Amino acid sequence: MVLNMGPQHPSTHGVLRLVLEIDGETIVRMKPEIGYLHTGIEKTCEAKFYQQVVPLTDRIDYLCPMTNNLAYCLAVEKLLGLEIPPKAQWMRVLMNELTRINSHLVWLGTHAMDLGAMTVFLYCFREREDVLRFFEMVSGQRMMTSYFRIGGLALEPPLGFFEKVKKFADRFPGNVDEYENLLTGNPIFMMRTKGVAHLSAEDAIAMGACGPTLRGSGIDIDLRRDAPYSGYENFNFKVPVRTEGDVFARYLCRVAELRESIGMVQQALAGMPEGPVKADAPKVVLPDREKMKTQMEALIYHFKIITEGFAVPAGEVYQAIESPRGEMGYYVVSDGTAKPYRVHMRGPSYANLQTLSKMCEGQLIADVVAAIGSIDVVLGDIDR
Amino acid sequence: MTLAPAITNIEELKAHPALARLLEWNPAVPQSVKFDRDELTIWVQKETIREVCAILRDSPDCPFNYLADLTCVDWYPSEPRFEVVYHLLSIPTKERVRLKARLDGSSPVIESVTSVWPSANFYEREVFDLFGVRFTGHPNLQRIMMPDDWEGHPLRKDYPVEGYR
Repeated sequence: MVLNMGPQHPSTHGVLRLVLEIDGETIVRMKPEIGYLHTGIEKTCEAKFYQQVVPLTDRIDYLCPMTNNLAYCLAVEKLLGLEIPPKAQWMRVLMNELTRINSHLVWLGTHAMDLGAMTVFLYCFREREDVLRFFEMVSGQRMMTSYFRIGGLALEPPLGFFEKVKKFADRFPGNVDEYENLLTGNPIFMMRTKGVAHLSAEDAIAMGACGPTLRGSGIDIDLRRDAPYSGYENFNFKVPVRTEGDVFARYLCRVAELRESIGMVQQALAGMPEGPVKADAPKVVLPDREKMKTQMEALIYHFKIITEGFAVPAGEVYQAIESPRGEMGYYVVSDGTAKPYRVHMRGPSYANLQTLSKMCEGQLIADVVAAIGSIDVVLGDIDR
Repeated sequence: MTLAPAITNIEELKAHPALARLLEWNPAVPQSVKFDRDELTIWVQKETIREVCAILRDSPDCPFNYLADLTCVDWYPSEPRFEVVYHLLSIPTKERVRLKARLDGSSPVIESVTSVWPSANFYEREVFDLFGVRFTGHPNLQRIMMPDDWEGHPLRKDYPVEGYR
């Protein structure tokens, strides 16, 4: 029998359609059908100036907008050969780790709810609300932040921002204990997750899994440690790896990452350098409002960047960073003009989705829900 | 804002594990190389792409065992029009390399690498869907993003940004 799961199904986390060939309750074959959210962002990028692409990147993986911003900005900065001041780098790390916490909280809440644990969802969204307020403080937006710019940040963080983040960082480990109290030892949760949707290390590499899905299968890789970007080499953190390769292992990896992320937030707050948040590159970075209104030169640069953009030397860059879901790569090709010739996003969810068939074949239909939750797909990231 | 000039001399780049392995296997395979912005690009003949990928995956010192990305760039109107781009990652050594194969605009066909990495499946379908490049030996070469009855390939440069109306 062929069963259609989705595209409108509460536990497919968006518009994912799975065509299940079943024998009784057991899945014989699974075929994911995607493309329902395809908006042609890659094509749109080719028609925009480099700086106009930043807001588009938010809308790809909408649970971690800042990670997308960072990957794109780093790629273009590499093309330009631009140096970023230390404070901007540390702020980027701080915001990225908050984004990771935000994304993992949504994952934890919805994953637990899919498996019948309603309370965790409410707890997670309580803390997520705090993180979204931080985003709103720095960028004016809760979700589509576009806070990073090519060459640094859009604005200095507002007064009182660091104190509020500090307060949050101090109490958050206690909140993670709360979630773990509800789930980690919970017999129902363990029965639904332990030994379910197993993925071996060889399969994980061959099928292109990344991020916690890969680390849950025993492969020790984290781009923040192995190919540091934006000053990650200055931070101390552990990379949680589990060898079991099941849903529970991926759950433990992500929960451990929550604790590591909050540790990095603490380190970023403690060591935040002083100085500017924008690179000294007048042809690329928009001048301050004050300068623009008082200095002729700044006004000219402002006018030129807005009307003509800035030319980027010809070349190509593949910038990969560790998003909450795994390796997020931006491949940007420049032909020397002010518009990107080609922007390609390598989405981690796209890669992880391919492992789903492998995980689910031979399992029960009810376990599909657990498997989808465990690879943490974001359909905006898949369809682009 | 200083950029180091790109290195295109094959002799100077021999030390890179991917290039060293390919030269050891068959010195005629790497057509040209470029080391720019700390990233190595190797152009290979399109006929050899599957073998090149298999050789690099099974390389003993530095196995490029992970296909990070597969995409395509359209250089319309110049010929050869398409460049299929492979980004490989070596999980044990964390080295990266970019492979490229050039394809004609008239009949863009290249061998599929799904037999080397099953993960190439979705990426090749995406390139087929959006660029119209066909992959021989692919198990399920169908459109993935666009509807099955869609006409044209949206990411080609001669396809208008606002679409056909």
